[in-house]
Amino acid sequence: MMSLYSSRRRANAIATTLCWGGAIFGLAWLLLILGTLVFEGLRGLSLDVFTQTTPPPGSAGGLLNAIAGSLVMTTLGVALGAPLGVLAGTYLAEYGRYTKLALVVRFINDILLSAPSIVVGLFVYTVMVAQMGHFSAISGVVALAMLVIPVVVRTTEDMLLLVPASLREASAALGLPRAHVVTRVAYRAAKAGLVTGVLLAVARVSGETAPLLFTALNNQFWSTDLNAPMASLPVVIFQFALSPYKDWRQLAWTGALLITVAVLVLSVAARAISHRKSQT
Amino acid sequence: MNLSPSPHPPPPVKVAVRKLDFYYGETRALNSITLPLHAHHVTAFIGPSGCGKSTLLRVLNRMYDLYPGQRAEGEVVMDGANILHPAVDVNVLRSRVGMVFQKPTPFPMSIYDNIAFGIKLYERLGKRDLDERVEEALRGAALWDEVKDKLHKSGLGLSGGQQQRLCIARSVAIRPEVILFDEPCSALDPISTAKIEELIDELSESYTIAIVTHNMQQAARVSDYAAFMYLGELVEFGETTGVFTAPKEQKTSDYITGRFG
Repeated sequence: MMSLYSSRRRANAIATTLCWGGAIFGLAWLLLILGTLVFEGLRGLSLDVFTQTTPPPGSAGGLLNAIAGSLVMTTLGVALGAPLGVLAGTYLAEYGRYTKLALVVRFINDILLSAPSIVVGLFVYTVMVAQMGHFSAISGVVALAMLVIPVVVRTTEDMLLLVPASLREASAALGLPRAHVVTRVAYRAAKAGLVTGVLLAVARVSGETAPLLFTALNNQFWSTDLNAPMASLPVVIFQFALSPYKDWRQLAWTGALLITVAVLVLSVAARAISHRKSQT
Repeated sequence: MNLSPSPHPPPPVKVAVRKLDFYYGETRALNSITLPLHAHHVTAFIGPSGCGKSTLLRVLNRMYDLYPGQRAEGEVVMDGANILHPAVDVNVLRSRVGMVFQKPTPFPMSIYDNIAFGIKLYERLGKRDLDERVEEALRGAALWDEVKDKLHKSGLGLSGGQQQRLCIARSVAIRPEVILFDEPCSALDPISTAKIEELIDELSESYTIAIVTHNMQQAARVSDYAAFMYLGELVEFGETTGVFTAPKEQKTSDYITGRFG
């Protein structure tokens, strides 16, 4: 009896130690990365970063065009992709739940979800950039939208599936047409989850480099022309970080810090929204 | 104990179920059910779990239409028309045949909107008329006094019993003709249960009511007619007093006295 109990206690102690060790090991690297990023990034943080465009090597400058480009392309990409994703997710969860088509769409969407983003970049390069004959912000927007769609489809479907069937039956029992059941009741019940899904998609694409490299490329100067190449933080970081120039590498660190903070804020916002939801 | 036939002529039939079969895919859940729902009376469906009483209830507003692979054969005639006919608009049917579920299902919106929502779908009313209808529905469900000061608070903040009465108010608000209750008290405490039972009694003056219940005492208390079902068959149907005090079938008697089920 006693030996069984003490051996169980020993096993428990070992397992607990391993769990702690694993958690500390993982977190330590994360902290190290974040610490380096904050340390290196803060050094270059100044007002110039937000007011000057990217400089040629050796002169002063900032990241204004890259920040603006990222904001423009991410916003438009999400504006294009999120509604399509919500509609497709709604089809999967509400209308086509039991159909063969839904099975196929769900399977393909899962593939898209895990497809390397560089493939999406190459695809948009082939169908848009090569046809138009030049790089453009709009093709970058399309590439980002293609990354937003599968994320939003998945979260929308999952969140709508969490809406209890009893609520759907109760609305149907009042004689509500299907469209009303979906838009007035199911969307409302799943609202926090739907918003969280879109925010997560924003966080996902705001750090994407590969799809923009082949589409929007980069732009040394201020530009809001969607038909012309446009700078973005990830691409500028990619270019500057690999350069031999010290001031460019400093700007790359600062840009990386900006993206990280933005994604952190979005993730916290997404958490806060879904937390508030779970309390009501 | 009165074994002789009722001296009153039976009340008119609101819904007539005739030779109804029901299938979940290949599985047959109802076998040639024939019974009437008398207008302005309460009919209870009783029987052990899996006997098909909830299935029968869900045929009456064609709730099964939501799910593929479920189908009904036979006839359910309401006011002379077969509601199982494919041409019947199920949304219109469901506005005439309301349903209250086992678990309270308030919508994630204010108490007021929970009621107004359904009304607005069928009628164009001014604010004052709408307010009146909401109050009327809440009074009808004996909930008005408890919620009149917090109409614009979320319906999810009410207690279970209040939520259930809110759902009843919501059904009543669109002025149906028939109301189906699917074990409406099984998630409620005895006090809330008593309130709902009282309410069902009052509602039967204006509506034709069918109720599924596992609680024999409840069936005896609230219903005028009772249908005892077993394994998808209707074993016995009659006035509740008759079914409970002098069942014709041995199986009914065994179930009611608690020998099985």
